[in-house]
Amino acid sequence: MNKQFNVALIGNPNTGKSTLFNALTGLNQKIGNFSGVTVERKTGKLELNENLTASLIDLPGTYSLYPRSADEHIALEILNSTKNPDYPNVVVVVVDATNLKRNLLLLTQLIDLQLPVVLALNMMDVAQQSGIEINVTLLAEKLGVPVVAVTARDFQGIPALKDAIVQQFEHPTLPSSTIHIHGYAPEVIDEIKNYFHINNDYAAFELAHHYHELHNLTQEKKDAIEAIGIKHNFNANKTQVAETIDRYNYINEILSDTVRKNKPALEETRSNTLDAILTHRIFGLLIFFVILFGVFQSIFNWSQYPMNVIENAFIGIENYLTAILPAGILTNLIIGGILPGMSGVLIFLPQIAVLFLFIAILEDTGYMARVTFMMDRLMKNFGLNGKSVVPLISGIACAVPAIMSARSIENWKDRLITIFVTPFMSCSARLPVYTLLISLVVPNKFVFGFLSLQGLILMAMYLLGFVSALLAGWLLKLFIKTKSKSYFLMELPVYRMPRWSNVGITIFNKARTFVMEAGKVILAVSIILWVLATFGPSKDFDAIETKYAKMSSENTTIELNISTLESKKKAEKLEASYAGLLGKFIEPAIKPLGYDWKIGIALVTSFAAREVFVGTMSTIYSVQGDGEHLDTVREKMLEARNPETGELTFTFATVMSLMIFYAFAMQCMSTFAVVYRETNGIKWPLIQLFTMTAFAYLAAFAVYQFLS
Amino acid sequence: MELRKLTDIEIGTVATIDSFTDEETSILLLEMGCLPGESIEISNIAPLGDPIAIKVSGYKLSLRKKEAATILVR
Repeated sequence: MNKQFNVALIGNPNTGKSTLFNALTGLNQKIGNFSGVTVERKTGKLELNENLTASLIDLPGTYSLYPRSADEHIALEILNSTKNPDYPNVVVVVVDATNLKRNLLLLTQLIDLQLPVVLALNMMDVAQQSGIEINVTLLAEKLGVPVVAVTARDFQGIPALKDAIVQQFEHPTLPSSTIHIHGYAPEVIDEIKNYFHINNDYAAFELAHHYHELHNLTQEKKDAIEAIGIKHNFNANKTQVAETIDRYNYINEILSDTVRKNKPALEETRSNTLDAILTHRIFGLLIFFVILFGVFQSIFNWSQYPMNVIENAFIGIENYLTAILPAGILTNLIIGGILPGMSGVLIFLPQIAVLFLFIAILEDTGYMARVTFMMDRLMKNFGLNGKSVVPLISGIACAVPAIMSARSIENWKDRLITIFVTPFMSCSARLPVYTLLISLVVPNKFVFGFLSLQGLILMAMYLLGFVSALLAGWLLKLFIKTKSKSYFLMELPVYRMPRWSNVGITIFNKARTFVMEAGKVILAVSIILWVLATFGPSKDFDAIETKYAKMSSENTTIELNISTLESKKKAEKLEASYAGLLGKFIEPAIKPLGYDWKIGIALVTSFAAREVFVGTMSTIYSVQGDGEHLDTVREKMLEARNPETGELTFTFATVMSLMIFYAFAMQCMSTFAVVYRETNGIKWPLIQLFTMTAFAYLAAFAVYQFLS
Repeated sequence: MELRKLTDIEIGTVATIDSFTDEETSILLLEMGCLPGESIEISNIAPLGDPIAIKVSGYKLSLRKKEAATILVR
């Protein structure tokens, strides 16, 4: 039987940690969440030799064991409790060989926690090209831990790294403390050591600093540490300053004769030249907008074809299943509930993949850090942060992965506002709704001969989403109060060519997140909607059945299309169903917005996922062969008239009011669920749901009243 | 030599970090390698005038002017 043990990978951001993780595990990865928190937990199988396999966990990038963001907190949590299921037997510390000084800070903290560490000097190729000479043997000797030079991107040094991990597992070498921790707070450290029966000074010192934020401590223990701290006047800030300065002194001494820089680093010089252009006062912003425009265009152009393929594939499956399955309620469930749910999930994958392709490239090259740098000043005005740019841009595809990417924002207030406003960004689910509605009232004309009028209106809707996100942020800034100061400290990594395997894995992981997080909700909602739209009070349903049974038997002689009859019956059944009843129930409330009960049904059904609007419309207007034929839906909607007044249902005012409603309302259960998890409570998603929907209602009301 | 705020030096001038005026911010700065005695240089400024990018401890760090102003250099 194989021996099983845990290896943790830890390091600063931008050290190529993910690349190393990928090189060590290949595609043998599992992504989940750490229990209780929503930080992504990436694990993989690490085969060390024939009879030794480890579980490798990728800890979120961190600069030290003093965490600032939810992501960074994880490392502290795991390394501070031997009982944690992820507590490592060996820790691999990944450092950027071109930037050793700052990178080694974390290493010295881990050594002082008496963890068996292996130091992986990554990006050795870049270091060599840049004229940085590192005496690996001497470095290992001085630090007292195994040091392995690796270049993760082309798998150099991986076997040696594996050997070092095995060695540290079987015969760990644990160097003595790098600095004298005991002196910072002797009484506090001694008392905590006694209380917890531990003999490590740094572990006790860490507890004194972080007890209030560690989930694994009971309240009783937290109180005990607090009391010890108060008793001895423990000054967290001063001791941390002393610790950090001492560590850097130690590092400077270590590096004094082990690292030599022969010439100014070529990469760095090139990077500075690039920065002069890419963050230039005028060109910098210009280039950013051109890139953004290009990304935007590509999302729509490149995903068109795969989306058609997916759509047609589902029509094919649907036809096939209709043909082979026996008619009945189960078949209806599969064809009317499960299949549309699945296609509703998969149809968005191409756009998500294309967007994350670009985001991954921009992040991997180091350009995204510059965007963050350039946008911070603007974002700050609206209660956001430069780092909100990635979530906001991701929000164009889907709010779910976008909101999750807000985890890198250290400041809680900035992060909360980012989470709150991201759903305003126009996501892919709104696109089919906008496309249909715009085609109803905006003529397919060109302005100046080349600008599509419909395209311009669509762009205006995206702009509206962005502007409202900013305004919402500005409003929230006034209401949310926090003690913690907003700050912005971010490394600007050297520009590098993107590592395509990383890009590929990022796209794959984001797509998987979408399918797992948003997908299951969309599927569940689709099934619930099917139930609501299929069943209704039985006496009404029976009446319809009888009526149509009679009609079809009477009409056999007349040349009446059977399928037309079927569609009419379907529409009448929808009207009598629970969904229909709901639509009628809310009609008085939505009348001032210009909607009738049919639109009411669509509002009800698309409450959980916006894109359901189009499918519902096609069922209501009894389109034959289901809602995949947009043109037919469009024609039917254009002809629709109010049976009492005879006026057109979809007037300009009604359509505009609908678009505004869909732009603002929080009609997405998946977003609700993800906000619930990311904010650890029901409060914020509820506030979001109510304020957004109330605002959508008021705005749609205003638009309708103004236009009609 | 006279102490100045980091925000008062010109782009490209190399200075030496002397001390910090805000304890809370200084912890973060220290961790990121801004140590007393370390040389520091303003590398470039964001298009909208804030934040700024500095070269310190062998890499490039960006920070807001508000934070940079707490670093005293000589």
